[in-house]
Amino acid sequence: MKREVVKFIIFAALVMLAPLPLKQSYLLNVLVFVGINTLLAVALNLLLGFAGQISLGHAAFFGMGAYLSGILTANFGLNPWLIIVLAAVTVGGLAFVLGFPILKLKGHYLAMATLGFGIIFYIVFNETIGLTGGPSGLPGIPNLAIGSLTFDNDLKNYYLIWGVTLLTILLCVNLAHSRIGRALRAIHDSEVAARVMGVNVRLLKVQIFALSAAISAVAGSLYAHTMTFISPTSFGFNFSVELVTMVIIGGLGSIYGSFLGAALLTLLPELLRAFRDYDIIAYGALLVFMTIFMPGGLVRGIPDLMLFLWSRLTGKRGGNAQTG
Amino acid sequence: MNLSQQILQYILSGLSTGAIYGLVGLGFAIIFSSTAIVNFAQGEFVMLGGMLSVFFLEVVKLPLWLAVPVAILTATMTGVAFERLAIRPLKQATPLSLVIITIGGSILLRGLAMLFWGKDTHALPPFSGNEPLTLAGATILPQHLWIFAVTLLVITGNKLFFYYSISGKAMRACAHNRRAASLVGIDVQRMVLYSFALSSAIGAMAGIIIAPLTMTSYDVGIMLGLKGFCAAIIGGMSSGLGTVIGGIVLGLLESFGAGFVSSGYKDAIAFVILLLILIIRPQGLFHRGESERV
Amino acid sequence: MLRLADVTMTFGGLTALQDFSMTARRGEITGIIGPNGAGKTTLFNIVSGIYTQTTGKVFLEERDISGMPPERLASLGMVRTFQNIELFGQLTVLENVMVGRHTRSNSGIFACAFKLPNHLREERQIREQALKWLEFAGIADLCQVTAANLPFGKGRLLEIARALALEPRLLLMDEPAAGLNSRETLELALLIKRIRDIGVTVVLVEHDMELVMDVCDAIVVLNLGCKLATGTPRQIQENPAVIAAYLGE
Repeated sequence: MKREVVKFIIFAALVMLAPLPLKQSYLLNVLVFVGINTLLAVALNLLLGFAGQISLGHAAFFGMGAYLSGILTANFGLNPWLIIVLAAVTVGGLAFVLGFPILKLKGHYLAMATLGFGIIFYIVFNETIGLTGGPSGLPGIPNLAIGSLTFDNDLKNYYLIWGVTLLTILLCVNLAHSRIGRALRAIHDSEVAARVMGVNVRLLKVQIFALSAAISAVAGSLYAHTMTFISPTSFGFNFSVELVTMVIIGGLGSIYGSFLGAALLTLLPELLRAFRDYDIIAYGALLVFMTIFMPGGLVRGIPDLMLFLWSRLTGKRGGNAQTG
Repeated sequence: MNLSQQILQYILSGLSTGAIYGLVGLGFAIIFSSTAIVNFAQGEFVMLGGMLSVFFLEVVKLPLWLAVPVAILTATMTGVAFERLAIRPLKQATPLSLVIITIGGSILLRGLAMLFWGKDTHALPPFSGNEPLTLAGATILPQHLWIFAVTLLVITGNKLFFYYSISGKAMRACAHNRRAASLVGIDVQRMVLYSFALSSAIGAMAGIIIAPLTMTSYDVGIMLGLKGFCAAIIGGMSSGLGTVIGGIVLGLLESFGAGFVSSGYKDAIAFVILLLILIIRPQGLFHRGESERV
Repeated sequence: MLRLADVTMTFGGLTALQDFSMTARRGEITGIIGPNGAGKTTLFNIVSGIYTQTTGKVFLEERDISGMPPERLASLGMVRTFQNIELFGQLTVLENVMVGRHTRSNSGIFACAFKLPNHLREERQIREQALKWLEFAGIADLCQVTAANLPFGKGRLLEIARALALEPRLLLMDEPAAGLNSRETLELALLIKRIRDIGVTVVLVEHDMELVMDVCDAIVVLNLGCKLATGTPRQIQENPAVIAAYLGE
């Protein structure tokens, strides 16, 4: 537990100091999105990495948060902070209700069902033009503000979003090392044994699904207020897959791994700007490559790889270099 | 056009898209029944069928009668390569890793298609002209007839293959019980390979016969694939008539939904049905209350 | 403690158990034996709530528990182990046993995420109790090992420690000696007796006759889904019907 605290403090300090050398550069803007994606990846990791339940529809929860915030503040002028809380509760509640029938499904069927409901919401975002503006998007969402402090530039947004993300990471780390976290990992390993040990598997899965959806909704609200403009393309099937990719690449069940995955997948397209549309090929290749060669994700894969290379360099045969 | 003619028109277009969904669904069902894998990349083989035909026809300048079989063959080889390179090397094949790897494969194939052929939509010329035929006041294109004919052919071919050929019987045996099948000397891995070959061939065929009607582009595989899966779920993941009927039911619902309700929500119909079936029959339509052995 | 009344279980057309009744008395070790396919595992799966019987009832201390899911049974003080050991492979040995304390703790998601004081106190108790049961099973030295890396015999002990951490009234053991060597089996016998001595009622299904005759206070013999005999180990050993069934007359 002590080690977790130290890890968190180092991570938080790095995050807090990162903008200093960057000032108002373009990279700072990218790091804002790394923050949002980290928040989303950590939320999905609770479900996918800890409880072992896949969701290919998480972009829909992200979108719901964004649209609830966007519509209610831009069109109805309600208090944005209040709406963020409202959006989290509403989306979490919806996920809780949907979760009971959907999370009964396993494996491929769960994947298909979550994918299906993700696409249904994507269609709804596109078709309810009166509310969402349809495919042309919803403009004019106000920036968040506390008193006279308006979060209207990258630096302020950076600290706003990373503040929320760091808090979420801290809470998730706590959760992971508690009876709930152990029960979730137990479900992942053996559902039958978890039930025999008295874990109410069905309820716990649904609760974690709802929590994960609520965090995603918060990420959506923050995204809407940062961008001040949203359109359905940000909340489609591709983004759901991208989120799953972040979690897998980072490492299932590793919270800091989710950050790595989110950072890599957010920075990669920026680094590969010349290839603009073709970053999709890199995603596909990464998913296939990681699943075959690094099923534990970067968090476990990189140390294993180092160990392997080290044993090669020193001429010793590393016997357990490829475990993980 | 009066109402009854309109209805007839909806039925005709529903039947033809439904047949396509059915064919795509068959691909899902064939792989699922012999490997218990839901191949999320199935839709990409449909896309490949259409795009490869256009490529062989317009770039390589093959005649249509040759371009089509060559395209099917190429798509089939891609399916085989996919099984070899992505599915087989997987050491711990959990459902989660299989979902992820087939999604990864599908993204990769889509991306490569975009790289080679760009983002434009392409049209394949109809197989036998574009002269509409009139049937009881509704118009039908010769391409629709091609779709119906190919669908019937594939169903019959499947039936014959799975019930009368040695390989087909062996694949059915694998579907029932892989271990038992391997104990009686069936090469299970080979059967898995066959099932990928067969389903990518059928998928490519579906992609080719629909291309003259709806155009084709690098990203048509997503929707066609998902709808095909929906058809397979309605039909109970059977590799026969059930899935095709499932596809036709879906096609008709969509066609009527688009006509009478709203064309924008047309695509949502398939997914609402999919969710309802998965939720009302949580084990799927084909698992008869199987319990976990401990 | 545990009573089954006319339990019948059919799978499709196959009858795995037929009008089966039995009682396991409080504070005793009851063994269920029988040839392969006699219906022992089915019986266990029914009692532990994994299957639901076709007809008949199951009582835990005169409370009808028929058809209750395993998680309810756990909170009523009944727990089981598995023939092929079902450990939580990615968790450490200590964490495995800590999961066993799940029903004995109740902090929710909120309390855990915000580290509320109650939760912290509870978490300390969970750890202490888990260590206590690891010591009871004699594997406390392995507590930081990842469960998937344990040798089979140690895994078996871990599964028992995990079950005991729940502080059950009734412990069901499905072939606890399967896969153990003779020395490990001897140690297991001692452990099972110690479990009885701390007041836990034990019901076990087992093939190892030596173990059964050694530890059990009462034995039920099952054959082809029906009860063949009950009695003390001595009575069972001398029962002609049992001998006939085992020798396959």
